[in-house]
Amino acid sequence: MDFNDTPSEAKFRAQVRAWLKQHATPKINGVAAKRKLPEAQQLQAAKHWQKKIYDAGWACITWPKAYGGRGGTQMELVIWREEVADYDELDGFFTIGHGMCGPALMAYATEEQKRHLLPRLASGEDVWCQLFSEPGAGSDVAALKTRADPCGNGWKVNGQKVWTSGAHFADYGIVLCRTDPTVPKHQGITFFFIDMKQEGVTAQPIKQADGGAHFNEVFFNDAEIPDIQRLGEVGGGWKGALTVLMSERMAVGSLQATGFPELLSLVQRLPLEDGFAIDNAAVADKLADWYVKHAGLKHTNSRILSAISRGAPPGPEASIGKLVAAPMNQDINSYAVQLLGMNGMVTDPELAEKQAHFQKEMLFAPGIRLAGGTDEVMRNIIAEQVLGMPQDKRDDKDVPFNEVPVGV
Amino acid sequence: MTMVLTEAQNLLKDTARDFIQSKAPVAALRQLREYYKDLPEGSCNAAAIELGYSQELWEQMSELGWAGIVIPEAYGGLEFGYQGLGVVLEECGRTLAASPLFATVALGAGCIQEIGSDEQKQTLLPKVAEGRTTLALALEEHPRHTPTRIATCAEATDDGYTLKGFKTFVLDGHCADQLVVVARTSGGIEESEGISLFLVDANAPGVRRSRTAMLDSRNVARIVFDNVRLKSEALIGMEGQGYPALETVLDRARILLAAEMLGGVQECFERTIEYLKEREQFGTKIGSFQALQHRAAKMLTEVELSQAAVMAALSALDENSSNARLLASLVKARLNDTFELITNEAVQMHGGMGVTDELDIGLFLKRARVTMQILGDSSYHRDRYASLSGY
Ligand SMILES: Cc1cc2nc3c(=O)[nH]c(=O)nc-3n(C[C@H](O)[C@H](O)[C@H](O)COP(=O)(O)OP(=O)(O)OC[C@H]3O[C@@H](n4cnc5c(N)ncnc54)[C@H](O)[C@@H]3O)c2cc1C
Ligand SMILES: Cc1cc2nc3c(=O)[nH]c(=O)nc-3n(C[C@H](O)[C@H](O)[C@H](O)COP(=O)(O)OP(=O)(O)OC[C@H]3O[C@@H](n4cnc5c(N)ncnc54)[C@H](O)[C@@H]3O)c2cc1C
Repeated sequence: MDFNDTPSEAKFRAQVRAWLKQHATPKINGVAAKRKLPEAQQLQAAKHWQKKIYDAGWACITWPKAYGGRGGTQMELVIWREEVADYDELDGFFTIGHGMCGPALMAYATEEQKRHLLPRLASGEDVWCQLFSEPGAGSDVAALKTRADPCGNGWKVNGQKVWTSGAHFADYGIVLCRTDPTVPKHQGITFFFIDMKQEGVTAQPIKQADGGAHFNEVFFNDAEIPDIQRLGEVGGGWKGALTVLMSERMAVGSLQATGFPELLSLVQRLPLEDGFAIDNAAVADKLADWYVKHAGLKHTNSRILSAISRGAPPGPEASIGKLVAAPMNQDINSYAVQLLGMNGMVTDPELAEKQAHFQKEMLFAPGIRLAGGTDEVMRNIIAEQVLGMPQDKRDDKDVPFNEVPVGV
Repeated sequence: MTMVLTEAQNLLKDTARDFIQSKAPVAALRQLREYYKDLPEGSCNAAAIELGYSQELWEQMSELGWAGIVIPEAYGGLEFGYQGLGVVLEECGRTLAASPLFATVALGAGCIQEIGSDEQKQTLLPKVAEGRTTLALALEEHPRHTPTRIATCAEATDDGYTLKGFKTFVLDGHCADQLVVVARTSGGIEESEGISLFLVDANAPGVRRSRTAMLDSRNVARIVFDNVRLKSEALIGMEGQGYPALETVLDRARILLAAEMLGGVQECFERTIEYLKEREQFGTKIGSFQALQHRAAKMLTEVELSQAAVMAALSALDENSSNARLLASLVKARLNDTFELITNEAVQMHGGMGVTDELDIGLFLKRARVTMQILGDSSYHRDRYASLSGY
């Protein structure tokens, strides 16, 4: 267990710091202003930043150099993330692409595809999305119904996905399709990547309660995929999906903000009835409680990463990160808004303090507890895979998919 | 303490539900939101008032007598009691129905009823009961509820007062006809002594109002009093002695707001339970997962405790019990916590649907966050409960 940087890690951190100091935009009062820009401008800024770090050799730190990465270690990636988190730069547009789609391509794509697509993904030229969830297949993603039927040299896709983040601006997506409905659900799924700009693919943004529209319904209408864009075996898609979801755990789990630094910066400045919020005993108590968790989380991530850097595969323990950070982020932002009183109820960024940072986070936070596997799914994973408890009874598991009784 | 509704109260509740469900469903709030969204912030004057509620709905509510439920018969009201107003507000809470009922009746008229002169009552209360006059309570000067921290002052003149200062987050204050203004006639900034109440025409010279739409799409006003001249008749009650009455009115209003919140809590809870029984994953209803069942059961216990607390508090008001003060803090803190819990759980249990604008749950979550702040958040009321109880 290495909580402190090794000499070589410390050297790397110093390099990163020096480069960021010279090239990245600092936050003002702990608030990242770029995240408040309209989406199109954010995307442009994110692409610009990604290209900049790609050119300087910091993009996709763990990827091989041949594919546009740095050929570095997991630990270096963490160090980079820790350091860049202090700046007002955007990387959320690439979390799915770099965290999930890239690893999927590395595991299953042809060498030619990898050399063509991965550097474009690393440099931010292409944005990728993940097309797994469907209206009837969320937590039970293996119940998906989008079909891919053989057709000439490839496949014809029909069906609907939902909650697809970024589909409306993505260039490519990884998609799970049912290719054989006559076998049990986990066995009839095949994994592909698809050109999002091609004919037969339509993305329809869904408006969120927080006012944004980052995710979409995606409709496939006879969309053709050449067989060369199949990732893995026919019927082997579930295994591929799990690999990707586990990569997502690593990508998201260690990345998931807790909201703690922003809260700390708020209470240091916020006047309450009897002095600054931080001097109020009840506030300090809450703060200490969250700090313990925040620090614990950081160390837990370091432990997992130390294990990985010694060659252990990422295990289901990685679910802990998201499970702790996402609800904590929700609680902290609710609390911050509460401390702001009625000021916290004004959402117009022109009128509200700190451009309504906490208001927006408060409204977005519930989604983080759902995206990439809900709290409940994370707990099931821990109970079943970490603690080895018997799995819930699942009646639909060994039945051919087309014989599973359909309910509502 | 009566913990069941009388037949007459039940009848009122049924009527209220039928009326609200048909005339002011959640869809009505969505319409208002779309409409008001396009109006410029801050624009607010007598000629172009943006109400933030439907005038037609308010007239119909008044025809049903709701504006006069707690007003004595002698002043044109129904004298039906706080439990009656409570069930109406609870039904309004179920559909997030926007109306000036709370600001006008619970806050504004409440002050007149409590310590107004007979003449003030005679001229104002019948018009309130008929829905012809709307009121607002101009109290807060800070983002967090601090009813004694009053800097707005009324200086005595030969024939009355000059009012100076500003108020913020005045509920429905942007369009009220008359304002009950809490101002200082003596005493230091934190003292309850020296606080007086005044009745001020919202369109009097020197009163400047601007509207802000809040998270829940309802409106509040920021109001500046720029040397507003008041006649001595504008004073409500005794000079410098307004605070005890104000506190009584605030306690009633806290309890009534909790009743509205209870309606929102119940609606979100019921919709979520329905969804658990309907949504299928893994070839079964998600309500069959014990992880969710236990949380649903936990929610039910919170809802039940909240409902009992609201009923106890409303009946304490009708019985004029000395316990009402304590119950007001208890019930507001409890409903704050319960509304937060239920809306969070409702979103989580609806999965991706829960974070969409299309699903009503998000609107309840927003209303929950705002009502949690109005007239005191949970830490304010826990602290107050402890002080009142002597610990
Ligand atoms: C902001 C956001 C972004 C997203 N981005 C993407 C994306 O880019 N690509 C993509 O494919 N998907 C995406 N998703 C979808 C996400 O993965 C699903 O929302 C999630 O898996 C839950 O599925 P569901 O919404 O159908 O809810 P359901 O699965 O219907 O869940 C409803 C409730 O039941 C609970 N539940 C379900 N099964 C169990 C069980 N066995 N035990 C206990 N409780 C259970 C759930 O935890 C939840 O509380 C996104 C979602 C959000 C909110
Ligand atoms: C958004 C999201 C994120 C997730 N993230 C993770 C994660 O980070 N880590 C993780 O471990 N899981 C993750 N999961 C998967 C999760 O563990 C299960 O999907 C969930 O608990 C539901 O169980 P299930 O029955 O579908 O799958 P499981 O509980 O995984 O059961 C799958 C069953 O199918 C069998 N099976 C597995 N692969 C194949 C195959 N190729 N062919 C045939 N049978 C097969 C298994 O032996 C097992 O019996 C995630 C799921 C979602 C929806």
